[in-house]
Amino acid sequence: MYAFSRLYQTLDQTTSTNAKVAAMVDYFRDADPRDAAWAVYFLSGRRIKRLVGSALLRQWLTELSELPGWLVEDTYASVGDMAETIALLLTRAGDSAEQLSLAEWVETRLLPLRGLDASEQRAIVTGWWAGQSYEQCYIVTKLLTGSLRVGVSQVLLARAIAQTAELPRQSILHRLMGEWQATPAFYRALIAEDDGEAALSRPYPFCLAAPLDDAPGLDAADDAQQVAAALGSPHDWQAEWKWDGIRSQLVRRQGQTFLWSRGEELIGTRFPEVATTGDELPDGCVLDGEILPWNEAGILPFAQLQRRIGRKTVGRKLLGEVPCVFLAYDLLEQDGEDIRERPMRERRERLEALVAAHRATLADGAAHTLRVSERVIADDWASLATLRAGSRERLVEGLMLKRQDSAYGTGRQRGLWWKWKIEPHTVDAVMLYAQAGHGRRSNLFTDYTFGVWDGDTLVPFAKAYSGLNNKEIDRLDKWIRRNTIERFGPVRSVALEQVFELAFEGINRSTRHKSGIAVRFPRIVRWREDLGTEDADTLDDVKRLIEDGGEGANAS
Amino acid sequence: MARPDPLIDATDRGLVCRAGGFTIDPWKPVDVSLVTHAHADHARPVAKVTYAAHSSIPLLRKRLGEHLELRGVDWGEPLAFGDTTVSFHPAGHVLGSAQIRVERTAGERAGEVWVFTGDFKRDPDPSCEAFELVTCDTFITEATFALPVYRWQPGEVVAREIFDWWQLMKASERPAVLFGYSLGKAQRVLAELTRFTDEPVYLHGAVYPLTELYRQAGIHMLPTLPIDLADRKVDYRGRLIVAPPGASGSSWMRRFPHASTGFCSGWMRVRGNRRRRGYDRGFVLSDHADWPGLLRTIEQTGATRVLTTHGQASSLVRLLRERGVDAAELSTRYSADDSETDDTAQDAAQDAAQDAAADPETVADTAAAPPPAGTSDHATQP
Repeated sequence: MYAFSRLYQTLDQTTSTNAKVAAMVDYFRDADPRDAAWAVYFLSGRRIKRLVGSALLRQWLTELSELPGWLVEDTYASVGDMAETIALLLTRAGDSAEQLSLAEWVETRLLPLRGLDASEQRAIVTGWWAGQSYEQCYIVTKLLTGSLRVGVSQVLLARAIAQTAELPRQSILHRLMGEWQATPAFYRALIAEDDGEAALSRPYPFCLAAPLDDAPGLDAADDAQQVAAALGSPHDWQAEWKWDGIRSQLVRRQGQTFLWSRGEELIGTRFPEVATTGDELPDGCVLDGEILPWNEAGILPFAQLQRRIGRKTVGRKLLGEVPCVFLAYDLLEQDGEDIRERPMRERRERLEALVAAHRATLADGAAHTLRVSERVIADDWASLATLRAGSRERLVEGLMLKRQDSAYGTGRQRGLWWKWKIEPHTVDAVMLYAQAGHGRRSNLFTDYTFGVWDGDTLVPFAKAYSGLNNKEIDRLDKWIRRNTIERFGPVRSVALEQVFELAFEGINRSTRHKSGIAVRFPRIVRWREDLGTEDADTLDDVKRLIEDGGEGANAS
Repeated sequence: MARPDPLIDATDRGLVCRAGGFTIDPWKPVDVSLVTHAHADHARPVAKVTYAAHSSIPLLRKRLGEHLELRGVDWGEPLAFGDTTVSFHPAGHVLGSAQIRVERTAGERAGEVWVFTGDFKRDPDPSCEAFELVTCDTFITEATFALPVYRWQPGEVVAREIFDWWQLMKASERPAVLFGYSLGKAQRVLAELTRFTDEPVYLHGAVYPLTELYRQAGIHMLPTLPIDLADRKVDYRGRLIVAPPGASGSSWMRRFPHASTGFCSGWMRVRGNRRRRGYDRGFVLSDHADWPGLLRTIEQTGATRVLTTHGQASSLVRLLRERGVDAAELSTRYSADDSETDDTAQDAAQDAAQDAAADPETVADTAAAPPPAGTSDHATQP
């Protein structure tokens, strides 16, 4: 554990990616595979299921610290992290570190907590807190609460392991995908020259597009001429609608089907109709695509898909009301062969042929659960821009542009794949509440709630976290501290003065929200210091956008 | 909570003592001011006559200008002001920093004693006078770090961490740039480091002259060299450089390629603050009282009433009240409006103190240290 704790500190103490990779390489070189497996597990952002609830941790902390409960709460609100608050309040400098490896900590101490009752857990956990150094107390408690975020991306981790194992980074990235157990065997396979039979279920790293606004020489993605200048002939590009669903991979190997989300979760049981369709695909094929709510009439609003997200199992009724399809974008593997390096054009042809062959096997009237994402054909960028302008009516977010000669890359692809999104809805709203953030934003008011006018009152309608730069955040933070009206635990109501322009992707009616509407991906576009609160939009203005959205539009 | 005729009252110009006819640490024009210490949020050139501790005078001259009428006071020397007697007592915050004791000498409440701490700390500091405990009836205290997570290690221990980091950078042939307040923090580090080395340290233009004043006051510190902005040939690899936080991320940093950066502040105790600022290392070294120091001091003064000026005051006040102490936050009218053009350093520092996101030291420092003439790329602008 000491070695891992040291690694964590080093990663935490540097902003240089090279230094981070070097620290990980140092660690993996000397680590026992049993420890290394767990280190990979945590560094790749995986977590053990929460072993002790945060309410219990707070209670124990309050008891041990001998501070009033409200003061522990104030302190936690200021620190922004429970494990850190515990370590700061309960450990003293110079406490000796225990010699127990990471794997021993996890396997013989943490995991066995599961199934114990609260008083047994309390005796054990508080015993750990008392006897640890700050660093160990912090890490152990972090692991206990499930999350250990350390500022290392998957790619950086893969770079370090690749360097340790002297293997290409791509293979490490691929081997890290999907579900695996943190065992010595897993780690040995991860760094082995050849990991034998590739894990049956393993998906490929997703290829992502970059926003077209980021393209060099482009400052207005609305301007077709600029787009033409930046991207060249439209015939070099494959245009598709940018759908808003659940990006996923459908894997069919050795008679088994695996449906993966981009968050690397297996979601086959949540979307049984998609998984069943996968069962009819030939062996050794992997499709990239999007799960979308879609009935005979066409695509359904995203809100309908939300009814299915988060449900581990779906009942017959919901399956009937919100059927889902797999809209395929790409073919990554065929006949067991990885074809990601083949050009987009060729993969697309193969994909169309594959789906056509699949459809030919279906009985008349059978639901077409497997579809190919339609190509949007136009001879010039101006026509594409016109089509893109109609995105909202089709319930899509704009266009995807993929170079015809592009491989299926790993991670975000600037220059090869672009997303050409439509401008979001915007609304001017008044700040009502503020709350401090967590992690690096702890201690700083960064989470805001905004309202719009309903008659002469402001009703909350969206929460937004991002969109301001650091200077603005600092300035706004100060303003909030000076203009707090009331405190509700960590939340403060503020003077009704500040107006912000918010952007959001979609808007739907909602019975769960006071305002009667729910917005998707709200974020701050700019701080409108030029506007007074009387200039803010009304709830009716916002609701009008729903009508504009053309609920139930048909894009098939 | 306000009581009739307080001996010291927070007004829109500073902490006013009507019975004595003076204002402590004013931020708007007054006739007579008593200044606790030379930090920009407490010392502003707004009074016709300014009284301060003797050892603070050279620093005040440097920061406020030669034209100001400054009167040095000995530690403990009683001064009569109107219906009061006033004395200065070391606060242990920076060189010359004082607590101000005010005793009422006339009227029904004659004999009543108030103490204002300015900023203070209890931990030993080789670069300034040690804190002196002064008993009183009403204690006005700062509360910058008034939460139980703020507990300091001895300066010596933190200095060891800084030295180890410097040595590590030396081994990897990188410059080590340490950011900290140019008045007080920088000199404390330079004094603490004499335990481990006698190697010279390079100083930013805002730090160097203040360090010279400390040296003239007899403070033993590492030898220092000003960074010669014109000389591009100096090899800073393996060197320790001390600079104000305002220099971080500026073009001034370009002369230290591949530098590792460290930041000295009590706020570094919390990881979120460390991460957000993007420094490689955070050293938890503060010139303010930590939580145990605040509570211990409040108890030892024997005060029956405690007022807080700035910092995380609400938690402290609530705790004291639960423990039966009459406590209140001094209302600070000046911070009510953001748009006021007279956005004083006190104001800014007050915000910053309430706010773990911005170090008051940073704010005050950038506001107080104009770049020396002839240094075009000098970076102390906020």
